[in-house]
Amino acid sequence: MTQNDRYQKLRAIIEPYLPDDVSADSITLESHLINELNINSANLVDIVLDVEDEFDITLENEDMDDMQTVGDALNMIESKIK
Amino acid sequence: MRERVVITGMGVCAPNGITLETFSQALQTGKSGIEYHPQLRELKFGCQIAGRPVIEASYLNKYFTSLEQRGLNSSGLVYGVIAGMDAWQDAGMKPTEADNTDWDSGVIFGTGILGVDKFREAIHLVDEGKTRRLGSTSVIQTMASGISAFLGGKLGLGNQVTTNSSACTTGTEGVLMAYDRIVSGKAKRMLAGSCSDSGPYVWGGFDAMRILPRNFNDDPTKGSRPMSATAAGFVPGSGAGALVLESLDSALKRNARIYAEVLGGAVNCGGQRSGGTMTAPNDIAVQRCISEAINQSGINADEIDCINGHLTATTKDAVEIDNWCQALGRSGDTFPYINSFKSTIGHCLAAAGSIECVGSVLQLARKEVFGNVNCEDIHPDILKRIHPSRIPANSLKIAPEVIAKASFGFGDVNACVIFKQFKS
Repeated sequence: MTQNDRYQKLRAIIEPYLPDDVSADSITLESHLINELNINSANLVDIVLDVEDEFDITLENEDMDDMQTVGDALNMIESKIK
Repeated sequence: MRERVVITGMGVCAPNGITLETFSQALQTGKSGIEYHPQLRELKFGCQIAGRPVIEASYLNKYFTSLEQRGLNSSGLVYGVIAGMDAWQDAGMKPTEADNTDWDSGVIFGTGILGVDKFREAIHLVDEGKTRRLGSTSVIQTMASGISAFLGGKLGLGNQVTTNSSACTTGTEGVLMAYDRIVSGKAKRMLAGSCSDSGPYVWGGFDAMRILPRNFNDDPTKGSRPMSATAAGFVPGSGAGALVLESLDSALKRNARIYAEVLGGAVNCGGQRSGGTMTAPNDIAVQRCISEAINQSGINADEIDCINGHLTATTKDAVEIDNWCQALGRSGDTFPYINSFKSTIGHCLAAAGSIECVGSVLQLARKEVFGNVNCEDIHPDILKRIHPSRIPANSLKIAPEVIAKASFGFGDVNACVIFKQFKS
């Protein structure tokens, strides 16, 4: 699986959590999950669980604190897989 | 002058119909929603029949976003949202826009316990040391007020949004709480309703108390027998009912369709004294509740044309009839018509009051009195008090003017509401 594959998978995980008025096209590596994509902060824990299931990794509480943007999340995944 | 209160919308999610129209038809024709549930046999229940609304998965798309449907495992919440949103739409109301809260409208939507299946999931995860796997959905689907919170959020309502709980009285009590709020001028519109989960974890406790029928597993539609000599206990049910109560002033300004007027009502408790217990009613309290409802409504007992009883299909049905006779001062062939919708939907517990209030108001709207099934053998103690003609077996094309609806619940609690054909 390439990094781009993982990015696409991450986008697919995030997409269902977007509010109706935010398009999936607006997801970029720089997007802030809460401030820009307007994801309900309560749903971040669900995104983490989905990421864990998809990539078969375990994220710690402090990992979640560092996960502000889509890029942060992807880097987190990369570091756990290695 | 105190506000008059009318009903301008209704919704229902019942074992024998999940739309107002199908439910109405089912009550009119006596169609049963009671079915045999193999799961209850596998779990060694004595009573293996129950009432549960039948909902296709795709039906949920109209009410829940795809995100909300992920991990959705709270049947009472599903029933309540369907009934509540349908009622709001039926009243000609729409969810508010994104940045607009409707401060004049609120929700009182009760339940006994919410999201039992979801809670079971959570218990297993917690016990396995996987608490973080609960995600964000566990709390909102299992907090009792999850149902009023979901509805308030979906509709954008900014008045009181709360959940009441008083066992099998819950739904009828909620209607009166909503009524009080409008009468006192604190709200223009209230979505009142209640819901109850389905499944073995809700029904099991009642099976253990041996108050459910065990001899109708092969003949489910005959199992719920209010007022019958062969009544053997109540058939457990589930679902939700919802009514939009509105000040007459607001309804007229909106040019809304008016189903009926809520004249008033009463709630009380027998204090578990004078024969009342946690599970049995104090007859004095029941009679007081009915009398007070009549007084509060400004009518005479003689004006009641039809009663929708609590009448669960236990040996207590005859006692309830006697209480009505004493409270109204009417018996024999001067007694009002009386029916129990539990014969076709079972006892929907916390949802019973609201579903049956919807059915009661439908009788006013349709100008008929719905029939009773499964009481071709009326209990002899009931026949000692009232004439059999008062318990119609088939629906009657008789337009009732005033209907009294009562619900009684564990804890010795009672509620009685009076509905009337609306006349300006």
